[in-house]
Amino acid sequence: MKIAVLVKQTPDTETKAKLNATGLDSTGLKFILNPYDEFAVEEAIKLRDALKGEAVVISLGPDRVVEAMRTALAMGCDSAIHVQTSEDDAKALDSYATAKALAAAIKQKGPFDLILCGKQAIDDDAMAVPQMVAAFLEIPRVTVVTKLEIDAASKKVKANRAVEGGAEEQSELNLPCLIAAHKGLNNPRYASLPGIMKAKQKKVDVLPLATLGVSAADSKLKAVSFELPPDKPAGKIFKGTPEELAQQIVSALRNEAKII
Amino acid sequence: MAKALVLVEIKNGKIKKSSLEGISHLKKQGLDVDAIAFGPEAESSSAELAKNAGSQGAANLFLVNSPDLNFYQADLYAESIKAQFTKGAYQILVAASSTLTRDLFPTLAVQLNGGLATDCVSLDVAGAVVTVKKPMLAGKYFAKYEFKAPPAIITIRPNVLGLGTGGGADAKIEKIAATGTCRAKTTGIQGQTSSARPELTEAERIVSAGRSIKAAENFKMIEELADTIGAAVGASRAAVDAGFAPHSRQVGQTGKTVNPVLYIACGISGAIQHLAGMKTSKIIVAINTDPEAPIFQKADYGAIGDIFQVVPALVKEFKKLLSAS
Repeated sequence: MKIAVLVKQTPDTETKAKLNATGLDSTGLKFILNPYDEFAVEEAIKLRDALKGEAVVISLGPDRVVEAMRTALAMGCDSAIHVQTSEDDAKALDSYATAKALAAAIKQKGPFDLILCGKQAIDDDAMAVPQMVAAFLEIPRVTVVTKLEIDAASKKVKANRAVEGGAEEQSELNLPCLIAAHKGLNNPRYASLPGIMKAKQKKVDVLPLATLGVSAADSKLKAVSFELPPDKPAGKIFKGTPEELAQQIVSALRNEAKII
Repeated sequence: MAKALVLVEIKNGKIKKSSLEGISHLKKQGLDVDAIAFGPEAESSSAELAKNAGSQGAANLFLVNSPDLNFYQADLYAESIKAQFTKGAYQILVAASSTLTRDLFPTLAVQLNGGLATDCVSLDVAGAVVTVKKPMLAGKYFAKYEFKAPPAIITIRPNVLGLGTGGGADAKIEKIAATGTCRAKTTGIQGQTSSARPELTEAERIVSAGRSIKAAENFKMIEELADTIGAAVGASRAAVDAGFAPHSRQVGQTGKTVNPVLYIACGISGAIQHLAGMKTSKIIVAINTDPEAPIFQKADYGAIGDIFQVVPALVKEFKKLLSAS
């Protein structure tokens, strides 16, 4: 069983946005492994242990993204592939071009039986690259997966996908396929100290973007401008007994905001 | 004139308001708009759907049904839409952001060799140029993008564009065959509740609670307030992590992003991750005992008080008002 885990390095969720001409100002930003990708990494390690084989973590971006892959390696992935771009290229690649490059890397280093990734990255929230990679590779996929069963011998896969209102769709597909993980799929482990030490020795293959035949010119979108949300004027603060508070709120919603 | 195809979703025999917003908006921008719907409910409610879609300006409504379409099937949806989009020579494919469309549209972007922008809060078509604005870092900033060339594949956040006055003639119904095979096949759905409450991501009103709700059963109080005003129920990550609410209710950066007209935050302190998921709400009401809670800086109306006393009082007050009007 050869498993690829696609991960993205994203700004920390505590990030306060500061903008420059090319988007988010990355000076002083703290970066993390995208939270949803942790579920994919955990699942890859569990499946690798259960079914034997290897778990290869893949990430696209400038050199700093190796840090996110080291986290996955410290958790237990076997090796890493860095699809290397410049900072500028990383910003200019849209979901389409990113997926095209990742699919090309997967093809070159594969074949993989299973591709795992988080359902969405918390920076652009596009929720697009997983499905696009699957489309470029022409393999089936299920996203927002909260439960996964794989029978390696028959290559049969069962996956549950979270939909609106807490319900889950049950689906069946065959390997090779792509699964995009959601919270609830598992409980990601913390990297152990020996794991962190070992991760430093694990192999990171570097694939420069240009060697994959993909460039920023493949992007279908171009960024025009960036802006911060408008500041809200200070609101009203009510004080009083619970009844008075309730009256003031309801009255404000009815007479001032006019939305009730 | 540019042509747009809108994938519409159905609830209770009607086209969802969020789907109609797309039709209405594109029509206002001067495009020729058609709609496409899937499944047995689309077929059985076709007359109503044709009325809904036509009223907002869609000329044609394509219906796709097959035995497999009792459930969402990504492969059949993608292949069928691709066939219709190509046949009709459309330049723009639009849908309201939802669990379904956000799964489907990236696949279609690759299959149609087009650009994709998801969860957009604006969409402008000027001649051949399509521009969108989308929230980044869960709304901490916004990016404006231009599509380099058609086709443009776009999902739009519900409750942003609004509806037109309506009044258009019924759309012309055309049944088309489902194409493709299910490589990944949805075989069933579990845990589906026929809740009368709206879905969080589409709700116009939301009542949310934080960790100060103290126990899962106390959510009954929040649900009562929600039901009084026809709202959906949300929760902060702290409440979800404490086991008081399921993750499907979580609002925030690693939960759902919501955009209601009214958001009532009960005992939510307002961590940056929570604010990221709800701060575009038009009116925010916060109830908290801590006057220093960051939520008050985003709130239009803040009430300093204990949710266990204020929420029941609020239910009473809303009932009084709503029964009088």
